[in-house]
Amino acid sequence: MTTNDYLQMGLYLAVLVLLVKPLGGYIAALFSDTPNRVTRIGAGSERFIYRLCGIRADEDMGWKRYALAVLLFNILGVLVVYALQRLQPWLPLNPQHFGAVSADSSMNTAISFATNTNWQGYGGESTMSYLTQMLGLAVQNFVSAATGIAVLIAVIRGFSRRSAAGLGNFWVDLTRSTLYLLLPLSLLLTLLLVSQGVVQNFKPYLDVSALQATTVSEPALDAAGNPEKDAAGNALMKPVQVGTQTLPMGPAASQIAIKQLGTNGGGFFNVNSAHPFENPTPLSNFAELLAILLIPAALCYTFGQMVGDRRQGWSLLAVMLVIFIPLLLACTAAEQAGNPLLAHLGVDQHASALQAGGNMEGKETRFGIVNSTIWATATTAASNGSVNAMHDSFTPIGGLVPMWLMQLGEVIFGGVGSGLYGMLAFAVVAVFIAGLMVGRTPEYLGKKIEAYEMKMASLAVLLPCALVVIGTAIAVMAPAGVAGIANPGAHGFSEMLYAVSSASNNNGSAFAGLSANTPFWNVLLGICMFLARFPLIVAMLAMAGALAAKRHVPESAGTLPTHTPLFVTLLACVVIVVGALTFLPALALGPIAEQLMSVHSISLGH
Amino acid sequence: MFKLLRQSFMLLLVLTVITGVLYPLAATGLSQLVFPHQANGSLIERDGKPVGSALIGQSFTDPKYFWGRPSATTPNPYNANASSGSNQGPTHSALADAVKQRVTALRAADPGNTAPVPVDLVTASGSGLDPEISQAAAQYQLDRVARARGLSSAQVQALVNEYTSGRQLGILGEPRVNVLRLNLALDMPRTHGS
Repeated sequence: MTTNDYLQMGLYLAVLVLLVKPLGGYIAALFSDTPNRVTRIGAGSERFIYRLCGIRADEDMGWKRYALAVLLFNILGVLVVYALQRLQPWLPLNPQHFGAVSADSSMNTAISFATNTNWQGYGGESTMSYLTQMLGLAVQNFVSAATGIAVLIAVIRGFSRRSAAGLGNFWVDLTRSTLYLLLPLSLLLTLLLVSQGVVQNFKPYLDVSALQATTVSEPALDAAGNPEKDAAGNALMKPVQVGTQTLPMGPAASQIAIKQLGTNGGGFFNVNSAHPFENPTPLSNFAELLAILLIPAALCYTFGQMVGDRRQGWSLLAVMLVIFIPLLLACTAAEQAGNPLLAHLGVDQHASALQAGGNMEGKETRFGIVNSTIWATATTAASNGSVNAMHDSFTPIGGLVPMWLMQLGEVIFGGVGSGLYGMLAFAVVAVFIAGLMVGRTPEYLGKKIEAYEMKMASLAVLLPCALVVIGTAIAVMAPAGVAGIANPGAHGFSEMLYAVSSASNNNGSAFAGLSANTPFWNVLLGICMFLARFPLIVAMLAMAGALAAKRHVPESAGTLPTHTPLFVTLLACVVIVVGALTFLPALALGPIAEQLMSVHSISLGH
Repeated sequence: MFKLLRQSFMLLLVLTVITGVLYPLAATGLSQLVFPHQANGSLIERDGKPVGSALIGQSFTDPKYFWGRPSATTPNPYNANASSGSNQGPTHSALADAVKQRVTALRAADPGNTAPVPVDLVTASGSGLDPEISQAAAQYQLDRVARARGLSSAQVQALVNEYTSGRQLGILGEPRVNVLRLNLALDMPRTHGS
């Protein structure tokens, strides 16, 4: 790796960690039970919204009511996004006259955006009208992220409240996340992105005449308009000059800002943030990259603040970094080393002052290697899923890192809100294991962890694992599943494993060679995304409800402190062991086999 | 249950208006006011007509132009209407074949040049629309372009330098050369014999 690789990774992590405290403190103030400077500013508009919707802001919801509100609101969201796609030809703001999206693809996309996954089976610039993008997809970008934050805040209240019946008010938590956190940050990021060249307009696509016309071969047609065939029955091709280039337009920046901040990841254009109109410069890339981990990292501090012991928040952030940094280094080293199969073709892959070198297939020149690998690691550590390089073309080890980060359950930063409540489930499991070792009833943050809480936490930990393993097995056995593969051999298996891992952990990134916009894949992944999101939310709220009702246990000599390096190590080990034990066999069939094969073929001199 | 349903519906409606209508309109208004050139696609005009965007690459195969990154878009390369990478895995034989063909094409256009080919010049970009190449890729092609145009290497080098951007803020990203803007500059009529 080059010096600049280290510099850019170091700068990114330094800026991220510096922002944790100010933003985390701000978020904690938003959800504080006492009115403060932050909540007073928007109090008027908040009251207006609640009156309009018939919401009583002081209603304290029990966990079941809170969960029911989450489910109703999100399922309604699924239905709206579905309807918008099916009806878009008859609705306004469709200058390219796109037709209705197919039923299975609409279902998949609706679930995908409502669950904060933002898996995309379609190509944005050739499928979705501006109206669908704005009223459907962009709105879900906000409210699915806000839902994640709201649920996390409710779970934190489960730890911080004592002998309480309620977890707060979902409507208030949702509204405040959206109005005070996501909206202002998005507007700020939008302007920064536009200054760098991200498009933001409502114009139709623009035809320009290219400097040099290109020649493409198209099937030749006879007078009747049927394809002509030669004697062997192959379609005859004829050269056609293409002299124009159609530049896509649209309100991209405003949507990109929230897709990064809300760990959504659904791009405005097909290739997401690799598209120069979506991510035009290294600075826009840095800002988008920062936005991926910003809120998930800051929420750790919010957690510490709200439970009254900031060290608890820092120790969870430490667990995330302890796992994140080595994986980032591994991914970067693998990609910077390049593709051994190209080495003897007369290609120069060495890093030098004049080029980034490395495995540049599927990567953009302005980002080079290191900005592509920071992104790949961050976007899969968080459940963002946006990409600025094509993960399908990563080296076997470079591609293993993002896949495994998703399989760890999206708790290394994870989705906004959902990452941290997932990590809290792991923390509960970790203190339980520690309790078993010393033969004492485990406690976490002054609450006794008993059978019910353990059941809910285990459910939250194991459900995504089960979905990945079962979903991949179904895909491998079904002809319609295997039909989507683009690359032969072990890499083809990786494509399927990656897709199901991505959906079952609400990430949304892809080994994009897989042709997943088919009824089989749309339905399978749609089910995985739905089950990975809502049952898990209910389990976590149930655990929080039980915890809130408990009394506070004062710390004693037998209490395991949960802010020490010892606990950080223990928790990191639990996360890794669950992830490794569950997925090592599957990974061995995919990226590990491919890595061995590429080493093998070189030693044979192929 | 019914009350929750009504609240869900109303709040979704209100948040849709705020985040789905007011937010993009405010963002568009502000962007058009402050950064109109960028918000509308960073277009490059020649003789008053747009010939492309500084951010979107175009396909070049003529030896007198600098060539950009190979593009995997269909049906034609650099189809800005359907951005796409190749998605070929590192061990896919199609990838090695494609790279071999690209090396051959570059060598055929510049028979005397036996230097190893910079990797970005023979691997498809992620978007299929990458507007830039590495400095190494520009250097590799420099003599070919100069010869095809009857210019000295120094003249072409001066233009390459002009359209090279360093790391942003001195640290971010990679140094790179904008291919379309460089080629447009090469096509400009030269005055004072320069």
